[in-house]
Amino acid sequence: MNRTQQPVIRLENVSVAFQDLLVLEDVTLTVAAKSFLALIGPNGAGKTTLLQVILGLVRPIRGTVRVFGAAPWDIKPENRRIGYVPQVMGIDLGFPISAFEVVLMGRYGRLGLCRRPAKADRAAALRALERVGIANLADRPIARLSGGQRQRVFIARALATEPDLLLLDEPTTGVDAASTESLYELLRILYEDGVTMLVVSHDVGVVASYVEGVICINRRIVAHGLPEEVLGSEELAQMYGCDAMFFHHGRVPHLCVERDE
Amino acid sequence: MIEILGYAFMQRALLAGTLIGIVCAIVGVYIVLKGLSFIGAGIAHASFGGVALGFLFGVNPVLTALIFCLATAWGIGLVARKGQVKEDTAVGVFFASTMALGILIIGLMKGYNVDLFGYLFGSILAVTREDMWIAVGLGLAIVAVVALFFKELLLVSFDPELAAISGLPAAKLYFLLITLIALTVVISIKVVGITLVSALLVTPAAAAYQLTERFRRMMALSILIGVGSTTGGLLLSYQFNIASGATIVLLSTLVFFIATLCSPRRWRRRANLKRAAATTAITR
Repeated sequence: MNRTQQPVIRLENVSVAFQDLLVLEDVTLTVAAKSFLALIGPNGAGKTTLLQVILGLVRPIRGTVRVFGAAPWDIKPENRRIGYVPQVMGIDLGFPISAFEVVLMGRYGRLGLCRRPAKADRAAALRALERVGIANLADRPIARLSGGQRQRVFIARALATEPDLLLLDEPTTGVDAASTESLYELLRILYEDGVTMLVVSHDVGVVASYVEGVICINRRIVAHGLPEEVLGSEELAQMYGCDAMFFHHGRVPHLCVERDE
Repeated sequence: MIEILGYAFMQRALLAGTLIGIVCAIVGVYIVLKGLSFIGAGIAHASFGGVALGFLFGVNPVLTALIFCLATAWGIGLVARKGQVKEDTAVGVFFASTMALGILIIGLMKGYNVDLFGYLFGSILAVTREDMWIAVGLGLAIVAVVALFFKELLLVSFDPELAAISGLPAAKLYFLLITLIALTVVISIKVVGITLVSALLVTPAAAAYQLTERFRRMMALSILIGVGSTTGGLLLSYQFNIASGATIVLLSTLVFFIATLCSPRRWRRRANLKRAAATTAITR
Protein backbone atom coordinates (compact mmCIF):
# COMPACT_ATOMS: atom_id res chain seq x y z
CA MET A 1 0.00 0.00 0.00
CA ASN A 2 1.36 3.35 -1.01
CA ARG A 3 1.30 5.59 2.04
CA THR A 4 3.52 8.30 0.57
CA GLN A 5 0.69 9.78 -1.51
CA GLN A 6 -0.98 12.95 -0.30
CA PRO A 7 -3.95 12.27 1.94
CA VAL A 8 -7.32 12.07 0.19
CA ILE A 9 -9.12 13.96 2.95
CA ARG A 10 -7.54 16.44 5.33
CA LEU A 11 -9.68 18.31 7.85
CA GLU A 12 -8.04 20.72 10.28
CA ASN A 13 -9.89 22.14 13.29
CA VAL A 14 -13.18 22.07 11.42
CA SER A 15 -16.26 23.41 13.21
CA VAL A 16 -19.73 23.50 11.68
CA ALA A 17 -22.79 25.29 13.05
CA PHE A 18 -26.41 25.31 11.91
CA GLN A 19 -27.75 28.64 13.14
CA ASP A 20 -26.50 28.65 16.76
CA LEU A 21 -26.18 24.88 17.13
CA LEU A 22 -22.64 23.57 16.97
CA VAL A 23 -22.80 20.30 15.01
CA LEU A 24 -19.10 19.60 14.58
CA GLU A 25 -16.42 21.00 16.86
CA ASP A 26 -12.71 21.17 16.18
CA VAL A 27 -12.55 18.06 14.01
CA THR A 28 -9.12 17.17 12.72
CA LEU A 29 -8.93 14.14 10.50
CA THR A 30 -6.65 12.72 7.84
CA VAL A 31 -7.71 9.94 5.51
CA ALA A 32 -4.88 8.33 3.53
CA ALA A 33 -5.31 7.16 -0.04
CA LYS A 34 -6.72 3.67 -0.53
CA SER A 35 -7.99 3.27 3.01
CA PHE A 36 -11.32 1.88 4.15
CA LEU A 37 -12.71 3.57 7.25
CA ALA A 38 -15.95 3.38 9.18
CA LEU A 39 -17.52 6.41 10.81
CA ILE A 40 -19.67 5.58 13.82
CA GLY A 41 -21.43 7.57 16.50
CA PRO A 42 -24.82 8.09 18.11
CA ASN A 43 -27.74 9.80 16.37
CA GLY A 44 -27.15 13.50 15.92
CA ALA A 45 -23.37 13.10 16.31
CA GLY A 46 -22.70 14.93 13.04
CA LYS A 47 -21.80 11.93 10.88
CA THR A 48 -23.83 13.02 7.86
CA THR A 49 -22.68 16.62 8.34
CA LEU A 50 -19.07 15.45 8.23
CA LEU A 51 -19.74 13.77 4.86
CA GLN A 52 -21.48 16.93 3.62
CA VAL A 53 -18.42 18.98 4.59
CA ILE A 54 -16.19 16.64 2.59
CA LEU A 55 -18.62 16.88 -0.36
CA GLY A 56 -18.57 20.68 -0.18
CA LEU A 57 -22.31 20.93 0.53
CA VAL A 58 -21.76 22.47 3.96
CA ARG A 59 -19.10 25.06 4.69
CA PRO A 60 -17.45 25.12 8.11
CA ILE A 61 -17.43 28.26 10.26
CA ARG A 62 -13.82 27.51 11.20
CA GLY A 63 -11.02 25.28 9.97
CA THR A 64 -9.78 24.06 6.60
CA VAL A 65 -11.10 21.29 4.38
CA ARG A 66 -8.97 19.69 1.67
CA VAL A 67 -10.10 16.87 -0.58
CA PHE A 68 -7.43 15.70 -3.04
CA GLY A 69 -5.52 18.79 -1.96
CA ALA A 70 -8.23 21.32 -2.87
CA ALA A 71 -11.27 22.88 -1.20
CA PRO A 72 -14.18 20.61 -2.27
CA TRP A 73 -16.37 23.51 -3.46
CA ASP A 74 -13.56 24.66 -5.78
CA ILE A 75 -13.21 21.35 -7.62
CA LYS A 76 -14.68 21.61 -11.12
CA PRO A 77 -17.51 19.16 -11.92
CA GLU A 78 -15.44 17.39 -14.59
CA ASN A 79 -12.56 16.84 -12.12
CA ARG A 80 -14.67 15.54 -9.25
CA ARG A 81 -13.66 12.08 -8.24
CA ILE A 82 -16.01 11.80 -5.27
CA GLY A 83 -18.85 9.28 -5.27
CA TYR A 84 -21.63 9.63 -2.71
CA VAL A 85 -24.21 7.09 -1.62
CA PRO A 86 -26.91 8.99 0.31
CA GLN A 87 -29.33 7.64 2.88
CA VAL A 88 -32.12 6.06 0.88
CA MET A 89 -34.67 7.49 3.29
CA GLY A 90 -34.50 10.81 1.49
CA ILE A 91 -35.39 9.29 -1.88
CA ASP A 92 -38.95 9.14 -3.25
CA LEU A 93 -39.38 5.45 -4.03
CA GLY A 94 -42.54 6.07 -6.06
CA PHE A 95 -40.58 8.19 -8.56
CA PRO A 96 -41.10 6.74 -12.06
CA ILE A 97 -37.49 5.97 -12.91
CA SER A 98 -35.52 2.82 -13.75
CA ALA A 99 -32.34 1.55 -12.09
CA PHE A 100 -30.35 2.39 -15.23
CA GLU A 101 -31.69 5.97 -15.35
CA VAL A 102 -30.69 6.50 -11.70
CA VAL A 103 -27.17 5.22 -12.38
CA LEU A 104 -26.87 7.40 -15.49
CA MET A 105 -27.41 10.43 -13.22
CA GLY A 106 -23.94 9.77 -11.87
CA ARG A 107 -22.64 11.02 -15.23
CA TYR A 108 -24.63 14.28 -15.29
CA GLY A 109 -22.05 16.36 -13.41
CA ARG A 110 -19.19 15.69 -15.80
CA LEU A 111 -21.52 16.15 -18.78
CA GLY A 112 -22.33 19.72 -17.75
CA LEU A 113 -25.45 21.73 -18.55
CA CYS A 114 -27.68 20.94 -21.54
CA ARG A 115 -25.56 18.04 -22.81
CA ARG A 116 -27.22 14.67 -23.33
CA PRO A 117 -25.61 11.46 -22.11
CA ALA A 118 -23.59 9.92 -24.95
CA LYS A 119 -22.93 6.28 -25.75
CA ALA A 120 -19.84 6.32 -23.50
CA ASP A 121 -21.95 7.50 -20.54
CA ARG A 122 -24.51 4.76 -21.10
CA ALA A 123 -21.71 2.20 -21.28
CA ALA A 124 -20.21 3.52 -18.03
CA ALA A 125 -23.60 3.29 -16.30
CA LEU A 126 -24.08 -0.27 -17.49
CA ARG A 127 -20.55 -1.20 -16.35
CA ALA A 128 -21.31 0.23 -12.91
CA LEU A 129 -24.48 -1.89 -12.71
CA GLU A 130 -22.49 -4.96 -13.75
CA ARG A 131 -19.90 -4.22 -11.08
CA VAL A 132 -22.52 -4.29 -8.32
CA GLY A 133 -24.03 -7.42 -9.85
CA ILE A 134 -27.48 -6.18 -10.93
CA ALA A 135 -27.07 -5.43 -14.64
CA ASN A 136 -30.04 -7.75 -15.21
CA LEU A 137 -32.26 -5.29 -13.29
CA ALA A 138 -31.20 -2.23 -15.33
CA ASP A 139 -34.64 -1.67 -16.81
CA ARG A 140 -36.63 -2.20 -13.61
CA PRO A 141 -38.37 0.78 -11.93
CA ILE A 142 -36.80 1.49 -8.53
CA ALA A 143 -40.17 1.00 -6.87
CA ARG A 144 -39.91 -2.70 -7.74
CA LEU A 145 -36.46 -3.34 -6.27
CA SER A 146 -35.72 -4.83 -2.87
CA GLY A 147 -33.90 -2.75 -0.25
CA GLY A 148 -30.57 -4.44 -0.97
CA GLN A 149 -30.96 -4.08 -4.75
CA ARG A 150 -31.83 -0.41 -4.36
CA GLN A 151 -28.70 0.18 -2.29
CA ARG A 152 -26.68 -1.41 -5.08
CA VAL A 153 -28.27 0.97 -7.58
CA PHE A 154 -27.10 3.95 -5.54
CA ILE A 155 -23.63 2.46 -5.13
CA ALA A 156 -23.56 1.91 -8.91
CA ARG A 157 -24.58 5.53 -9.40
CA ALA A 158 -21.63 6.63 -7.26
CA LEU A 159 -19.34 4.27 -9.22
CA ALA A 160 -20.55 5.70 -12.54
CA THR A 161 -18.76 8.92 -11.58
CA GLU A 162 -15.54 6.82 -11.63
CA PRO A 163 -14.60 7.97 -8.12
CA ASP A 164 -11.32 7.73 -6.26
CA LEU A 165 -13.17 8.49 -3.04
CA LEU A 166 -16.46 6.87 -2.08
CA LEU A 167 -18.59 8.21 0.79
CA LEU A 168 -21.48 6.04 1.98
CA ASP A 169 -24.13 7.17 4.46
CA GLU A 170 -25.64 4.20 6.27
CA PRO A 171 -25.80 1.98 3.19
CA THR A 172 -27.40 -0.90 5.05
CA THR A 173 -30.44 0.83 6.54
CA GLY A 174 -33.51 -1.23 5.71
CA VAL A 175 -31.43 -4.09 4.31
CA ASP A 176 -31.65 -7.61 5.77
CA ALA A 177 -28.67 -9.32 7.44
CA ALA A 178 -27.69 -11.50 4.46
CA SER A 179 -27.78 -8.55 2.04
CA THR A 180 -25.81 -6.46 4.53
CA GLU A 181 -22.97 -9.00 4.47
CA SER A 182 -22.95 -9.17 0.67
CA LEU A 183 -23.04 -5.37 0.47
CA TYR A 184 -19.90 -5.16 2.60
CA GLU A 185 -18.29 -7.90 0.47
CA LEU A 186 -18.92 -5.64 -2.52
CA LEU A 187 -17.33 -2.69 -0.70
CA ARG A 188 -14.30 -4.86 0.10
CA ILE A 189 -13.84 -5.61 -3.60
CA LEU A 190 -14.02 -1.90 -4.44
CA TYR A 191 -11.50 -1.22 -1.68
CA GLU A 192 -9.16 -3.82 -3.12
CA ASP A 193 -9.50 -2.04 -6.48
CA GLY A 194 -7.98 1.04 -4.84
CA VAL A 195 -11.02 3.20 -4.03
CA THR A 196 -10.71 5.15 -0.77
CA MET A 197 -13.82 4.57 1.30
CA LEU A 198 -15.51 6.21 4.26
CA VAL A 199 -18.72 4.56 5.40
CA VAL A 200 -21.14 5.82 8.04
CA SER A 201 -22.60 2.81 9.76
CA HIS A 202 -24.73 1.58 12.60
CA ASP A 203 -23.71 -2.06 12.08
CA VAL A 204 -20.71 -1.67 14.35
CA GLY A 205 -20.17 -5.41 14.61
CA VAL A 206 -20.35 -6.20 10.89
CA VAL A 207 -18.40 -3.20 9.73
CA ALA A 208 -15.47 -3.95 12.04
CA SER A 209 -14.54 -7.12 10.17
CA TYR A 210 -14.24 -5.26 6.84
CA VAL A 211 -12.68 -1.88 7.58
CA GLU A 212 -9.10 -1.12 8.51
CA GLY A 213 -9.98 1.72 10.85
CA VAL A 214 -12.88 3.13 12.84
CA ILE A 215 -13.56 6.79 13.60
CA CYS A 216 -15.85 7.47 16.50
CA ILE A 217 -17.53 10.82 16.41
CA ASN A 218 -19.83 12.66 18.76
CA ARG A 219 -19.59 16.28 17.64
CA ARG A 220 -15.85 15.89 18.21
CA ILE A 221 -13.69 12.96 17.23
CA VAL A 222 -13.89 10.63 20.21
CA ALA A 223 -11.59 7.87 19.02
CA HIS A 224 -9.76 6.99 15.83
CA GLY A 225 -7.80 3.80 15.36
CA LEU A 226 -7.89 0.12 14.50
CA PRO A 227 -11.33 -1.46 14.85
CA GLU A 228 -10.36 -3.59 17.85
CA GLU A 229 -8.83 -0.61 19.65
CA VAL A 230 -11.70 1.77 19.08
CA LEU A 231 -14.51 -0.69 19.66
CA GLY A 232 -12.96 -1.92 22.90
CA SER A 233 -12.40 1.53 24.31
CA GLU A 234 -13.99 3.16 27.32
CA GLU A 235 -14.77 6.23 25.23
CA LEU A 236 -17.16 4.32 23.03
CA ALA A 237 -19.16 3.09 25.99
CA GLN A 238 -19.29 6.61 27.36
CA MET A 239 -20.21 8.06 24.01
CA TYR A 240 -23.31 5.97 23.61
CA GLY A 241 -24.22 7.21 27.04
CA CYS A 242 -25.47 3.91 28.40
CA ASP A 243 -24.14 0.49 29.28
CA ALA A 244 -22.27 -0.85 26.30
CA MET A 245 -20.87 -4.34 26.34
CA PHE A 246 -18.56 -6.07 23.97
CA PHE A 247 -18.27 -9.70 23.14
CA HIS A 248 -15.62 -11.10 20.90
CA HIS A 249 -16.47 -12.96 17.77
CA GLY A 250 -13.13 -14.14 16.44
CA ARG A 251 -10.89 -11.11 16.23
CA VAL A 252 -13.72 -8.67 16.18
CA PRO A 253 -15.36 -7.17 19.24
CA HIS A 254 -19.11 -6.74 18.91
CA LEU A 255 -20.92 -3.92 20.54
CA CYS A 256 -24.14 -4.45 22.42
CA VAL A 257 -25.92 -1.35 23.53
CA GLU A 258 -28.58 -1.63 26.17
CA ARG A 259 -31.27 0.84 25.43
CA ASP A 260 -33.30 2.56 28.09
CA GLU A 261 -36.85 1.27 28.11
CA MET B 1 -70.25 19.58 -34.36
CA ILE B 2 -67.86 20.09 -37.31
CA GLU B 3 -69.25 23.52 -38.23
CA ILE B 4 -68.13 25.06 -34.92
CA LEU B 5 -64.53 24.61 -36.07
CA GLY B 6 -65.34 27.25 -38.70
CA TYR B 7 -65.74 29.95 -36.05
CA ALA B 8 -62.61 32.07 -35.61
CA PHE B 9 -63.06 32.29 -31.81
CA MET B 10 -63.27 28.51 -31.60
CA GLN B 11 -60.13 28.05 -33.70
CA ARG B 12 -58.27 30.47 -31.42
CA ALA B 13 -59.53 28.72 -28.29
CA LEU B 14 -58.64 25.27 -29.63
CA LEU B 15 -55.14 26.29 -30.70
CA ALA B 16 -54.48 28.01 -27.36
CA GLY B 17 -56.15 25.10 -25.55
CA THR B 18 -53.94 22.49 -27.24
CA LEU B 19 -50.77 24.35 -26.26
CA ILE B 20 -52.04 24.93 -22.73
CA GLY B 21 -52.87 21.23 -22.48
CA ILE B 22 -49.34 20.29 -23.58
CA VAL B 23 -47.54 22.80 -21.37
CA CYS B 24 -49.61 22.20 -18.22
CA ALA B 25 -49.07 18.45 -18.66
CA ILE B 26 -45.28 18.77 -19.06
CA VAL B 27 -44.74 21.24 -16.21
CA GLY B 28 -47.28 19.28 -14.16
CA VAL B 29 -45.06 16.19 -14.22
CA TYR B 30 -42.39 18.07 -12.27
CA ILE B 31 -45.00 19.65 -9.99
CA VAL B 32 -46.45 16.24 -9.10
CA LEU B 33 -43.09 14.50 -8.65
CA LYS B 34 -41.53 17.31 -6.65
CA GLY B 35 -44.65 18.10 -4.60
CA LEU B 36 -44.98 21.71 -5.80
CA SER B 37 -48.74 21.81 -6.33
CA PHE B 38 -49.28 24.42 -3.61
CA ILE B 39 -46.76 26.73 -5.30
CA GLY B 40 -48.72 26.26 -8.54
CA ALA B 41 -51.94 27.23 -6.78
CA GLY B 42 -50.24 30.19 -5.09
CA ILE B 43 -48.84 31.58 -8.34
CA ALA B 44 -52.20 31.09 -10.06
CA HIS B 45 -54.04 33.12 -7.43
CA ALA B 46 -51.34 35.78 -7.51
CA SER B 47 -52.15 36.35 -11.17
CA PHE B 48 -55.42 37.93 -10.03
CA GLY B 49 -53.45 40.89 -8.69
CA GLY B 50 -51.70 41.15 -12.05
CA VAL B 51 -54.96 41.01 -14.01
CA ALA B 52 -56.45 43.76 -11.83
CA LEU B 53 -53.37 45.95 -12.43
CA GLY B 54 -53.84 45.43 -16.18
CA PHE B 55 -57.42 46.73 -15.93
CA LEU B 56 -56.27 49.68 -13.85
CA PHE B 57 -53.60 50.77 -16.35
CA GLY B 58 -55.60 49.79 -19.41
CA VAL B 59 -53.05 47.31 -20.80
CA ASN B 60 -53.56 43.64 -21.70
CA PRO B 61 -54.09 41.95 -18.31
CA VAL B 62 -52.20 38.87 -19.53
CA LEU B 63 -49.01 40.95 -19.75
CA THR B 64 -49.36 42.46 -16.28
CA ALA B 65 -50.23 39.01 -14.93
CA LEU B 66 -46.98 37.74 -16.51
CA ILE B 67 -44.87 40.26 -14.59
CA PHE B 68 -46.85 39.77 -11.40
CA CYS B 69 -46.65 35.95 -11.51
CA LEU B 70 -42.91 35.96 -12.14
CA ALA B 71 -42.36 38.37 -9.22
CA THR B 72 -44.50 36.21 -6.94
CA ALA B 73 -42.81 32.97 -7.99
CA TRP B 74 -39.33 34.40 -7.39
CA GLY B 75 -40.48 35.99 -4.14
CA ILE B 76 -41.74 32.64 -2.86
CA GLY B 77 -38.54 30.95 -4.04
CA LEU B 78 -36.27 33.53 -2.40
CA VAL B 79 -38.06 33.55 0.96
CA ALA B 80 -38.16 29.73 1.02
CA ARG B 81 -34.52 29.37 -0.13
CA LYS B 82 -33.18 31.75 2.49
CA GLY B 83 -34.70 29.40 5.02
CA GLN B 84 -36.58 32.09 6.94
CA VAL B 85 -39.84 30.19 6.61
CA LYS B 86 -40.92 26.91 5.04
CA GLU B 87 -41.88 26.91 1.37
CA ASP B 88 -45.58 26.32 1.99
CA THR B 89 -45.66 29.15 4.56
CA ALA B 90 -44.14 31.48 1.97
CA VAL B 91 -46.82 30.41 -0.52
CA GLY B 92 -49.52 30.95 2.11
CA VAL B 93 -48.36 34.53 2.71
CA PHE B 94 -48.02 35.53 -0.97
CA PHE B 95 -51.10 33.63 -2.14
CA ALA B 96 -53.65 35.64 -0.10
CA SER B 97 -51.88 39.01 -0.17
CA THR B 98 -51.56 39.19 -3.97
CA MET B 99 -55.19 38.14 -4.33
CA ALA B 100 -56.20 40.79 -1.77
CA LEU B 101 -54.29 43.42 -3.75
CA GLY B 102 -56.29 42.44 -6.84
CA ILE B 103 -59.61 42.72 -4.97
CA LEU B 104 -58.59 46.13 -3.60
CA ILE B 105 -57.69 47.46 -7.06
CA ILE B 106 -60.89 46.13 -8.64
CA GLY B 107 -62.88 47.75 -5.83
CA LEU B 108 -61.17 51.11 -6.35
CA MET B 109 -62.08 51.17 -10.04
CA LYS B 110 -65.56 52.68 -9.87
CA GLY B 111 -68.00 51.48 -12.50
CA TYR B 112 -65.77 48.87 -14.12
CA ASN B 113 -67.54 46.71 -16.65
CA VAL B 114 -64.87 44.17 -17.53
CA ASP B 115 -65.53 40.47 -17.74
CA LEU B 116 -63.84 39.47 -14.51
CA PHE B 117 -65.83 36.25 -14.47
CA GLY B 118 -64.00 35.12 -17.61
CA TYR B 119 -60.61 35.60 -15.95
CA LEU B 120 -61.66 33.82 -12.78
CA PHE B 121 -63.29 30.78 -14.39
CA GLY B 122 -62.16 30.76 -18.02
CA SER B 123 -64.11 31.47 -21.19
CA ILE B 124 -63.82 30.41 -24.84
CA LEU B 125 -65.00 33.78 -26.07
CA ALA B 126 -62.33 35.60 -24.09
CA VAL B 127 -59.36 34.30 -26.12
CA THR B 128 -58.32 37.20 -28.38
CA ARG B 129 -55.89 36.95 -31.29
CA GLU B 130 -53.21 38.51 -29.08
CA ASP B 131 -53.87 36.02 -26.25
CA MET B 132 -53.60 33.16 -28.73
CA TRP B 133 -50.19 34.31 -29.97
CA ILE B 134 -48.97 34.84 -26.41
CA ALA B 135 -50.05 31.27 -25.61
CA VAL B 136 -48.39 29.85 -28.73
CA GLY B 137 -45.15 31.82 -28.30
CA LEU B 138 -44.68 31.25 -24.57
CA GLY B 139 -45.96 27.67 -24.85
CA LEU B 140 -43.37 26.73 -27.47
CA ALA B 141 -40.67 28.53 -25.45
CA ILE B 142 -41.55 26.47 -22.35
CA VAL B 143 -41.44 23.22 -24.33
CA ALA B 144 -38.03 24.21 -25.76
CA VAL B 145 -36.60 25.05 -22.33
CA VAL B 146 -37.81 21.73 -20.88
CA ALA B 147 -36.24 19.87 -23.83
CA LEU B 148 -32.96 21.74 -23.35
CA PHE B 149 -32.78 21.13 -19.58
CA PHE B 150 -34.44 17.71 -19.64
CA LYS B 151 -31.74 15.87 -17.69
CA GLU B 152 -31.21 18.73 -15.23
CA LEU B 153 -34.93 19.05 -14.41
CA LEU B 154 -35.15 15.28 -13.95
CA LEU B 155 -32.18 15.36 -11.56
CA VAL B 156 -33.42 18.27 -9.41
CA SER B 157 -36.82 16.59 -9.19
CA PHE B 158 -35.41 13.24 -8.14
CA ASP B 159 -32.33 14.13 -6.09
CA PRO B 160 -31.44 17.84 -5.72
CA GLU B 161 -28.57 16.89 -3.41
CA LEU B 162 -26.83 14.97 -6.19
CA ALA B 163 -27.30 17.98 -8.47
CA ALA B 164 -25.45 20.14 -5.94
CA ILE B 165 -22.73 17.53 -5.42
CA SER B 166 -22.25 17.13 -9.18
CA GLY B 167 -21.57 20.85 -9.44
CA LEU B 168 -24.80 21.58 -11.34
CA PRO B 169 -26.52 24.85 -10.33
CA ALA B 170 -29.27 23.25 -8.22
CA ALA B 171 -30.67 26.54 -6.87
CA LYS B 172 -30.83 28.12 -10.35
CA LEU B 173 -32.56 25.04 -11.73
CA TYR B 174 -35.18 25.30 -8.97
CA PHE B 175 -35.81 28.91 -9.99
CA LEU B 176 -36.02 27.82 -13.63
CA LEU B 177 -38.70 25.32 -12.64
CA ILE B 178 -40.85 27.84 -10.73
CA THR B 179 -40.39 30.34 -13.59
CA LEU B 180 -41.80 27.71 -15.96
CA ILE B 181 -44.74 27.23 -13.58
CA ALA B 182 -45.42 31.00 -13.56
CA LEU B 183 -45.32 31.22 -17.38
CA THR B 184 -47.63 28.21 -17.68
CA VAL B 185 -50.15 29.82 -15.32
CA VAL B 186 -50.12 33.06 -17.31
CA ILE B 187 -50.92 31.48 -20.67
CA SER B 188 -53.64 29.31 -19.11
CA ILE B 189 -55.75 31.87 -17.23
CA LYS B 190 -57.82 33.02 -20.23
CA VAL B 191 -59.01 29.53 -21.14
CA VAL B 192 -59.07 27.73 -17.77
CA GLY B 193 -59.42 30.61 -15.31
CA ILE B 194 -57.36 31.81 -12.36
CA THR B 195 -59.16 29.70 -9.80
CA LEU B 196 -59.00 26.49 -11.83
CA VAL B 197 -55.60 26.52 -13.53
CA SER B 198 -53.86 24.90 -10.56
CA ALA B 199 -56.02 21.79 -11.12
CA LEU B 200 -54.94 21.52 -14.77
CA LEU B 201 -51.32 21.84 -13.62
CA VAL B 202 -51.66 18.79 -11.40
CA THR B 203 -54.45 16.48 -12.56
CA PRO B 204 -53.21 15.20 -15.98
CA ALA B 205 -49.75 14.49 -14.53
CA ALA B 206 -51.27 12.85 -11.45
CA ALA B 207 -53.43 10.61 -13.67
CA ALA B 208 -50.36 9.68 -15.75
CA TYR B 209 -48.44 8.90 -12.55
CA GLN B 210 -51.08 6.30 -11.70
CA LEU B 211 -50.60 4.54 -15.02
CA THR B 212 -46.85 4.07 -15.38
CA GLU B 213 -43.53 3.76 -13.56
CA ARG B 214 -41.47 5.24 -16.39
CA PHE B 215 -40.62 8.91 -16.58
CA ARG B 216 -40.90 9.51 -20.34
CA ARG B 217 -44.08 7.45 -20.55
CA MET B 218 -45.53 9.47 -17.68
CA MET B 219 -44.81 12.68 -19.58
CA ALA B 220 -46.30 11.32 -22.82
CA LEU B 221 -49.47 10.12 -21.07
CA SER B 222 -49.75 13.39 -19.18
CA ILE B 223 -49.63 15.34 -22.48
CA LEU B 224 -52.25 13.04 -24.00
CA ILE B 225 -54.59 13.51 -21.02
CA GLY B 226 -53.88 17.26 -20.84
CA VAL B 227 -54.62 17.92 -24.54
CA GLY B 228 -57.62 15.57 -24.44
CA SER B 229 -59.03 17.48 -21.47
CA THR B 230 -58.52 20.99 -22.88
CA THR B 231 -59.79 20.30 -26.39
CA GLY B 232 -62.55 17.95 -25.24
CA GLY B 233 -63.53 20.40 -22.52
CA LEU B 234 -63.67 23.33 -24.97
CA LEU B 235 -65.92 21.42 -27.38
CA LEU B 236 -68.25 20.26 -24.60
CA SER B 237 -68.32 23.74 -23.13
CA TYR B 238 -69.46 25.16 -26.48
CA GLN B 239 -71.98 22.38 -27.08
CA PHE B 240 -73.70 22.74 -23.70
CA ASN B 241 -72.95 26.43 -23.14
CA ILE B 242 -71.10 25.86 -19.87
CA ALA B 243 -67.94 27.44 -18.42
CA SER B 244 -64.87 26.17 -20.31
CA GLY B 245 -62.49 26.10 -17.32
CA ALA B 246 -64.82 24.03 -15.18
CA THR B 247 -65.52 21.58 -18.01
CA ILE B 248 -61.81 21.10 -18.75
CA VAL B 249 -60.93 20.55 -15.08
CA LEU B 250 -63.82 18.14 -14.42
CA LEU B 251 -62.96 16.15 -17.56
CA SER B 252 -59.33 15.73 -16.42
CA THR B 253 -60.56 14.81 -12.93
CA LEU B 254 -62.73 12.08 -14.45
CA VAL B 255 -59.67 10.70 -16.26
CA PHE B 256 -57.73 10.87 -12.98
CA PHE B 257 -60.29 8.72 -11.16
CA ILE B 258 -60.42 6.17 -13.99
CA ALA B 259 -56.60 6.06 -14.02
CA THR B 260 -56.51 5.53 -10.27
CA LEU B 261 -58.92 2.61 -10.58
CA CYS B 262 -56.81 0.87 -13.26
CA SER B 263 -53.48 1.83 -11.72
CA PRO B 264 -50.85 -0.94 -11.80
CA ARG B 265 -49.38 0.65 -8.67
CA ARG B 266 -52.66 0.08 -6.88
CA TRP B 267 -53.03 -3.53 -8.10
CA ARG B 268 -49.49 -4.38 -7.07
CA ARG B 269 -50.04 -2.91 -3.63
CA ARG B 270 -53.12 -5.11 -3.32
CA ALA B 271 -51.23 -8.19 -4.49
CA ASN B 272 -48.50 -7.46 -1.94
CA LEU B 273 -51.04 -7.12 0.84
CA LYS B 274 -52.66 -10.41 -0.16
CA ARG B 275 -49.29 -12.16 -0.27
CA ALA B 276 -48.39 -10.74 3.14
CA ALA B 277 -51.72 -11.94 4.53
CA ALA B 278 -51.15 -15.42 3.07
CA THR B 279 -47.66 -15.61 4.61
CA THR B 280 -49.01 -14.62 8.01
CA ALA B 281 -51.67 -17.30 7.72
CA ILE B 282 -49.06 -19.97 6.92
CA THR B 283 -46.70 -18.99 9.73
CA ARG B 284 -49.60 -19.06 12.11
